[in-house]
Amino acid sequence: MKFYSPALFLVFSLLFCEVAAQNDNMALVKGGVYLPLYGAEDQTVKIDPFLMDVYPVSNAEYLKFVEEYPQWKKSNVKTLFADKSYLTNWKDDKTYQGLPNAPATNVSWFAAKKYCECQGKRLPTMDEWEFAAMANEKVQDARRIETYNQFILNWYETPKTFKNPIGETFKNYWGIYDLHGLVWEWTLDFNSVLISGESRKDVDKDSNLFCGSAAIGASDLMNYAAFMRYAFRGSMKARYSSQNLGFRCAKDIEN
Amino acid sequence: MKYLRYIAIIIALVGLFSCNNNSEKDAEAITASKVKKAENEAIPEMSIYNLPSHWTNQNGEEIELKELQGKVVVMVMIYTTCKAACPRLVADMRNIEKQVPEEKKDDVQYVFVSIDPETDTPERLKAFSKENEMEDEKWLFLRGTEADTREFAAVLAVNYKEISPMDFSHSNIISVFDHQGEMVHQQEGLGVDNKETVQTIIDLAR
Repeated sequence: MKFYSPALFLVFSLLFCEVAAQNDNMALVKGGVYLPLYGAEDQTVKIDPFLMDVYPVSNAEYLKFVEEYPQWKKSNVKTLFADKSYLTNWKDDKTYQGLPNAPATNVSWFAAKKYCECQGKRLPTMDEWEFAAMANEKVQDARRIETYNQFILNWYETPKTFKNPIGETFKNYWGIYDLHGLVWEWTLDFNSVLISGESRKDVDKDSNLFCGSAAIGASDLMNYAAFMRYAFRGSMKARYSSQNLGFRCAKDIEN
Repeated sequence: MKYLRYIAIIIALVGLFSCNNNSEKDAEAITASKVKKAENEAIPEMSIYNLPSHWTNQNGEEIELKELQGKVVVMVMIYTTCKAACPRLVADMRNIEKQVPEEKKDDVQYVFVSIDPETDTPERLKAFSKENEMEDEKWLFLRGTEADTREFAAVLAVNYKEISPMDFSHSNIISVFDHQGEMVHQQEGLGVDNKETVQTIIDLAR
């Protein structure tokens, strides 16, 4: 009967994780082929269908996570995984500031990644995120629609949107809220952005962006809105966190 | 009974990969580390040996990063099919190695981590080490899972992306870690003046 005790332990540990796993509040993004604004030259990317959280992770949800996984509490987190700005606005390990349903921000990539893993999920890839985020209320790819771009640019000019509650921007084609208008979001492969001059192709793209024609058309605005996102990602490191950077999780479709 | 045993094995396997299993270990580690802090044994918070990742070397052996603990580690991320930057990064590593004095050479481990684990099988890494005459034990070639590689790159602040099935863009960074796995120095760029990197290694190595 000795055999049972390790088995029992594993059963319990498994259950523990299963309890935390949840599929509710996720939307199906059917996938497809798209041309990223800032990918490899003229290469379309195929996105497989996936599930994405309808909302970014909230303060209240993040508190629950650090209580379940105390190694991610503000006072416990290892400096390899989060710098000093981690949960910087929290008064202590249990007290966040702001609304319970405001997005959790000042969270490092490591922490965001772990959070999703502990829900049985993962962070979305950059391509998945961009694919889901090019939708407006009505269409899958609204990148050439002026109102869509104007919405994003207006948001860039609005201070402190991270204090707003989740779910108050528009519900997009896939049923997802807040991809634009609330906070920036971590992606799994945020460190695949190269804007620091290692890649000649990227540098060319930058100069195209800034030294291009003087006329500002829809496509320039669109490029600008997206470029800001990529540039921000390129400037981040995995242990950094920022008050206007949150995250949400994604998941593969189970067969 | 047999039936039960199978279930238990499956559960045990799943348990191995479940995050909770890890996190429980982590939780233990935290309590342990608090006790340990008084001693000098604990891995420093900024040490890369806090990463739980597993790797395979050019000889097909499984290795945990932690096994490198106790040596000065010089690390770079490359991929073997690379035509442009990587040969120069390899040359840079060789150049650095040459400048470390004989009596300190044994204390330094040079590690190449593949950013293309799909292509860079252990066999391929082995072949690469032969081509570059880096068969001595001081040269270590590692590949891991895609996720661990991405995480490891994040720790090293190395950015990379696939730009075609055989080609990657990537940062050219050589990192130096001390005996406990804390990053001490990074050199960025190709064929740059490596004086500072070499000096760092010499100062650290015993």
